[in-house]
Amino acid sequence: MTTLETPMNSTTTRPSMEATAADRNRAKRRHSIRRGSIYVLACLIALWILVPIWLIGTMAFSTPEDVRNYPKHFAPIPASTETMDFFLNTDGIQRAARNSIVVAIITLILSTLLAIPAGYAIARYLFPGRDAIRLGILSVRAFPIVVLAVPLAITFIKWDMYDKVYSLALMHTALTLPTTILVVASVFAGVPYELEEAARIFGCTPAKAFWKVVLPLAMPGIAAAAILTFVLSWNEVFAAILLTLTNRTLPAQILYTLDKSGDPFKFAGGFFMLIPSLIFIFFIRRYLFNMYGQLNK
Amino acid sequence: MAEIVVEKAIKRFGKFVAVDEVDLTVNDREFVVLLGPSGCGKTTLLRAIAGLGMLDEGRVMIGNRDVTYLPPKDRNISMVFQNYAIFPHMKVYDNIAFGLKMRKSPKEVVEERVQNAAKLLHIENMLDRYPGAMSGGQRQRVAVARAIAVESEVLLMDEPLSNLDALLRLEMRAELKSLLARLKATTIYVTHDQIEALSMGDRIAVMKQGQILQFDNPTRVYDLPANQFVGSFIGNPPMNFLRGQVQRDDGAIKVNIGDFHLSPPAEMNEPLRAYEGKSIFVGIRAENMETLASPAPDALAVMVEVVEPLGSQNLLTIRISEDILKVSTHPDFKVHAHETVYIRFPPAKIRWMDRDTGQAIAPSLDKVLA
Repeated sequence: MTTLETPMNSTTTRPSMEATAADRNRAKRRHSIRRGSIYVLACLIALWILVPIWLIGTMAFSTPEDVRNYPKHFAPIPASTETMDFFLNTDGIQRAARNSIVVAIITLILSTLLAIPAGYAIARYLFPGRDAIRLGILSVRAFPIVVLAVPLAITFIKWDMYDKVYSLALMHTALTLPTTILVVASVFAGVPYELEEAARIFGCTPAKAFWKVVLPLAMPGIAAAAILTFVLSWNEVFAAILLTLTNRTLPAQILYTLDKSGDPFKFAGGFFMLIPSLIFIFFIRRYLFNMYGQLNK
Repeated sequence: MAEIVVEKAIKRFGKFVAVDEVDLTVNDREFVVLLGPSGCGKTTLLRAIAGLGMLDEGRVMIGNRDVTYLPPKDRNISMVFQNYAIFPHMKVYDNIAFGLKMRKSPKEVVEERVQNAAKLLHIENMLDRYPGAMSGGQRQRVAVARAIAVESEVLLMDEPLSNLDALLRLEMRAELKSLLARLKATTIYVTHDQIEALSMGDRIAVMKQGQILQFDNPTRVYDLPANQFVGSFIGNPPMNFLRGQVQRDDGAIKVNIGDFHLSPPAEMNEPLRAYEGKSIFVGIRAENMETLASPAPDALAVMVEVVEPLGSQNLLTIRISEDILKVSTHPDFKVHAHETVYIRFPPAKIRWMDRDTGQAIAPSLDKVLA
């Protein structure tokens, strides 16, 4: 065996490895093209959604004459509440708006109250049939409600629940519940289980741990889910037409009168319908991304 | 009095047995460390004691009270979690006060204990902050303060330092040790870090595959490992295991490593006789061998393969036939790779092990361990 040590010569120069200025510039250019195209794409998607909303908003606050004229204005100048006034004072609209709000609030309360325990169970417990129940919940979303139209109407008439605000709220609860449950479940899944265990170690029963620790941490998410439920009910039109006649909700009423009304009515109605969704987006955007900083992922 | 007794504990997850008939007795006010590689069941055992995961069989007693079926809140315990598990929606003060408030302690008591706990952990000026605005080390302090504020008789800690960076861990280790020495709690501390275990515990329970392999004080666990696993899991570098042949020579037992003879101490004659003609493991720690630059009659000549200067010691890698040996030497001992050195094996420092079972071969007095 040789006792010679192999010479260590790590400082050999490798000129080919040195980046040239041209290389650097090319890399920079490629980087900025990639970034730029992402921005362009994001802007296009945003415009796709924002332009119609902007148009509806502009028209809703222009005078009825401006609404009928071409070319359309790009901003509500001169601004006017005349179009909105006309819409809101149309026969049946205010009553329909009231119905819509009542139905949506009842739906929100029922749906959220049912979704909290259901979502918690799905998020936390491995009970037999959990996956089947999850799938069942999802399949309700996929179920074409049109198939149920006639039997539903007949059943509601039979039970003397037809054309009632509360019965539509029950129907909306059934329709929104799957979505609400899944959203609430994902909110609960985001609350670390260790926090609950810590609460139990330090003197809580499981119920109290839920009340003191899990619920406060999940509250922003649950609020977002509740608002989502409100919007779902607010926008729902099929069941509303199916199950009511005189107690129409707003979308049902607008749809019913749509072909008989002019452009100002349509734009104003569209804008009015949009408001809850816009409020919802502003709420949810704050909560869904970053709840309590870094602690909850 | 809060002695913790675990009897014949079994916990299964499906077919996997996480805790396999474990018996463990922790004396009142003792600091016991559960040490083992990940998946060895140490955390599962701790959680069973905490009441966070019910045992399939066996029972848990805390202070002569059978708590096997009691919920955590009725066990008079507190716990520090690996990921701190402090409540992000409460200020530091309310986090520390949580356990006391749940126990409906009077307001003055809560105030006093929270202040005390915060002072002990040097976070008294952060009481009205939210945990989100704190560093990992500070959150860890909140978690410990919350656990000690309730002054329970049993304190359970699940890898409390594993999420801290190396330097902070070193600092917190000493601080925790001195803090826990002042508390009157019986403590069970789970870790996979053998240095943490050696440096903190009164006794260490080394676990592997759901069983406790050795339960002893740190010195004995280090010097007299009950089996090959304990020897190689504890210590850095791990204990060396050389193959040796047991032979009788004029009535005295010898263990041969190649042509080299080791003479086991007299009390080993009896137990080693059973292995006559068979091969065993000679276990010895890196720092227990003497390295000589010149030949000696009782030293084995070996070729150095690698020399690693580690500052406080030089670590030599040596090959003896098929076995790799790590030997630590004084940094002043000058040696280079591919040179020959002479190694002396002090027989008293050798742990003899059965090659098939990996268990230590011990004189009969000591048989309880094996």
